Amino acid sequence: MNRPASDEFATQAMQYIPRLRRYARALTGDASAADDLVQDALERALVKQKLWREGTDLRAWLFTVMHNVFVNQVRSAAVSRTVQLDDDAMAERPQPQSSDRLEIRDLDAALQALPEEQRAVVLLVGLEQMTYDEAARVLEVPIGTVMSRLSRGRERLRRLTQGLPETAPLKVVK
Amino acid sequence: MSAPSVTEAELQAYVDGQLPPARAAEVAQHLAQHEEDAQRVAAYRRQNENLQLAYAPLLAGAVPARLQPGVRRRWQLPVQRYALAAALMAVSGIAGWQSHAYIAGERTQTFYLARVAAVAHAVYSPEVRHPVEVGADQEEHLVRWLSKRLGTGLKIPHLAAQGYTLVGGRLLPGERGPAAQFMYQDSKGQRLTLYVRVSKEGREQTAFRFAQENNVGVFYWLDGRLGYALSGETDRAELLRVADAVYRQLNP
Repeated sequence: MNRPASDEFATQAMQYIPRLRRYARALTGDASAADDLVQDALERALVKQKLWREGTDLRAWLFTVMHNVFVNQVRSAAVSRTVQLDDDAMAERPQPQSSDRLEIRDLDAALQALPEEQRAVVLLVGLEQMTYDEAARVLEVPIGTVMSRLSRGRERLRRLTQGLPETAPLKVVK
Repeated sequence: MSAPSVTEAELQAYVDGQLPPARAAEVAQHLAQHEEDAQRVAAYRRQNENLQLAYAPLLAGAVPARLQPGVRRRWQLPVQRYALAAALMAVSGIAGWQSHAYIAGERTQTFYLARVAAVAHAVYSPEVRHPVEVGADQEEHLVRWLSKRLGTGLKIPHLAAQGYTLVGGRLLPGERGPAAQFMYQDSKGQRLTLYVRVSKEGREQTAFRFAQENNVGVFYWLDGRLGYALSGETDRAELLRVADAVYRQLNP
């Protein structure tokens, strides 16, 4: 019945902060909003740490907590009035490192054009490299939902980044 | 042998390497015969690679102070912060502030900064006879005095180029100690105030943030140990223009 001490929990949680930040940045499209989200999630995780069962995957649990915080923020009409006005965000803009500069820069913008639920799946799987099962648990949806969001999200992203029409012509189903 | 039919989910799983090897081999066979699917798979794989590349700096980059272990004690005591937020909201009869912004630690602090600054602006800027304690004619004394009280060397921005002249300044009680307020006005008597406070531990730099309280707009930001908030009952673009000038002068 030993609960992990707050310190211990915080120390363990700490190692996932860079991953939480990366995901949050890609999810929100804004460096400052991302860190706000991570901070809110960490605080919530600390309040709720007793709900985490030791020995289970802390990363997945933290992502679940953060996802819930994100969804609540998106849902609440009270989206922060905090406005990013200087170039802080630029400092941590995705840095193109390959020759596909345009493609990568476009990727960040195109991601924000996806519906939030598709974006989350595309990122959990493609960026965070979670299994479909893990993504389903983080998002608290059935795995079939993960698959269909993934499929639609990726296709939409492809069309956005390749400048194709947004919706595919209907396929004839044999 | 014709390639077995492949579901959409299996194509996705193939992209992510989440198929058992035997099935993956069958999907590869399918792709060899279906150009369109093969192109999609290639594009999705490139998406994954590009996602990794694009956001890699976030994994390698420094974690901001407010999320770091050193600050842990602050985010270990969220209950106190909620209590503070509750107290703040109870005390405050002024509506219009987003409770949302009370949630996070650093944000609560910076938001508190904006709030206190807005209230100070609302209290002192209409003042006709005693808008400031020390007038601009004693600017040198004003700087020395407030620098001493705040325990740090303050600079008073000059905003003549923006059309504002210094009226003077005063000492104010801040969240945790003394704070300073500098007042400016333009030729029409429109007043802006710059609120400055010091914190012991903060080493953070934030972007400009904007909050609006009734008619008072506030741009506020943290710069190391100092927190600044520029308030005015003017439109946001104008306030931003001046805030930008203030920032530039303080960070030449």
